[in-house]
Amino acid sequence: MSFLSPAAAKWIIDAAYILVAFLFVTGLKRMSSPVTARGGILWAGLGMLIATLVTFLAPLVAGHAGGAAATNLALVILAIAIGGALAWWSGKRVAMTDMPQMIALYNGMGGGAAAAIAGVELYRGDTHSVSALTLAVIGGLIGSVSFSGSLIAFGKLQGLIKRSFRFSGQQLLNVLILAAAIILGGMIATGVNSSPAVVSAFFVAALVLGLSMTLPIGGADMPVVISLYNALTGLAVAFEGFVLNNAAMIIAGTVVGSAGTLLTQLMAKAMNRSLGNVLFSGFGDTGGAATGEVKGSQKPIEASDAGVMMAFAQKVIVVPGYGMAVAQAQHKVWELAQLLQNRGVTVKFAIHPVAGRMPGHMNVLLAEAGVPYDLIADLDEINAEFETTDVALIIGANDVVNPVARNDKSSPIYGMPILNADKAKNVIVIKRGQGQGFSGIENALFYLDNTRMLYGDAQGAVNQLIQAVKSVG
Amino acid sequence: MIDGIIAIYIFMLAAFTGYEVISRVPVILHTPLMSGSNFVHGIVLVGAMVALFNAESTLEQVIGFVGTVLAAGNAVGGYVVTERMLEMFKSSGQRAAGGGHR
Repeated sequence: MSFLSPAAAKWIIDAAYILVAFLFVTGLKRMSSPVTARGGILWAGLGMLIATLVTFLAPLVAGHAGGAAATNLALVILAIAIGGALAWWSGKRVAMTDMPQMIALYNGMGGGAAAAIAGVELYRGDTHSVSALTLAVIGGLIGSVSFSGSLIAFGKLQGLIKRSFRFSGQQLLNVLILAAAIILGGMIATGVNSSPAVVSAFFVAALVLGLSMTLPIGGADMPVVISLYNALTGLAVAFEGFVLNNAAMIIAGTVVGSAGTLLTQLMAKAMNRSLGNVLFSGFGDTGGAATGEVKGSQKPIEASDAGVMMAFAQKVIVVPGYGMAVAQAQHKVWELAQLLQNRGVTVKFAIHPVAGRMPGHMNVLLAEAGVPYDLIADLDEINAEFETTDVALIIGANDVVNPVARNDKSSPIYGMPILNADKAKNVIVIKRGQGQGFSGIENALFYLDNTRMLYGDAQGAVNQLIQAVKSVG
Repeated sequence: MIDGIIAIYIFMLAAFTGYEVISRVPVILHTPLMSGSNFVHGIVLVGAMVALFNAESTLEQVIGFVGTVLAAGNAVGGYVVTERMLEMFKSSGQRAAGGGHR
């Protein structure tokens, strides 16, 4: 199968990878505006297709697999068929509410693949310079952490892992595992001992590190964790790209690494917490004393009264949170909003950056229900508008509207930017029961004089509101 | 390996590119963007393919095979979910049949 000379094959691959890099960057750029976003993924998809096809020429460049070449070709095609078919099937049928865990899963698979590349290189043991080995080791470490960490994130979001595992000395344990991985990696990279046993021990340590880092992290911190592992996988891919001398991997991996880092920073900032704080301390650790000190009582309201209140309002702002996702209430919420719009009520949606379980989670759900994106506003755009709003309708959101973040210095969430829903003339909170939010922090908003509680699951409660508004006529 | 200094150039410029491309993205696109960049690092597929093409021992073939399955899952799954999400983002103008922009 040598219809091309090795030099010609290499030239075609390199030229194609330049095109691929261009398509990826252009695609991501187009994804930064809602108007062009749809085309963006098509550009990037075309890039991936070209990259995959042209890589089938790689054996012509350096076919040192000898007699195994035909077998390997068959294995490559089989592996792509299996992985691609499973992902296609799962990606097509996953519900929008389950999107965070699917993204975590696919991301983990990428990290695992980067680690596998490092594994092949390190087990073979004929690699090369200290710098190449070092990059392979670092990429293998990051990829393995991203792999096992993302799987734990998937398990938590899917509800397979219900509790956060915390014990004293956990930080110390993590540091020890990291140190072990670094020492083993250092032995491999410097050639002190790169036997298969050491390589295996290195990967085990790296995988365990991903587990033990992610197990203690609670669901509310998942937006930060998912975007962090996304960035880490990108970096791991870039490092393995250096090892394999593959420009497409270096460029695409690095672009994702830096973009993901930026997104991670944005998420951490929206919670007023540093990345280290998210990773190394649960909410409970930062100050459990500040709970349950709110005066007053929660005042319930009937759905019929709440419906009348909204039907005769001039302006209503809806604040959705994770509770809306859990109850799959987004379609009902939009139905309610349209009913109000038809009565001449101005309806807007206010989204906190970390509402839900991944960056932009609420936006995706509202988009699925059919809410036009120009009705959806984020924190900075809408916060000044609450004062002129008749009704703020809180659906399953909690910490992101808790005024103690503004005025109680002892609170663990003090300083976190919040939606100023408490400034609205009336606040209606749809909530399942009287319990505390995910973080275990009492929400002062629920006790304000202008707040009324509508107990029930989001889907049912919104449905009652719809009936109430309809009956106003 | 690509020459050391050149490699660092590529790394640095690609890092700036990623930062610049993302820095002005509105919040409403955070999920598709994260999912889109998740798809882009599916390019690891080409590396996994090369590793498997060059595998000599059975161990290398097994690891390379697993890596290629995972990478193909990353690329295909990332594409499918991103495409599905972006499909849903529409403005009032596009949404309301015949209706103008608000």
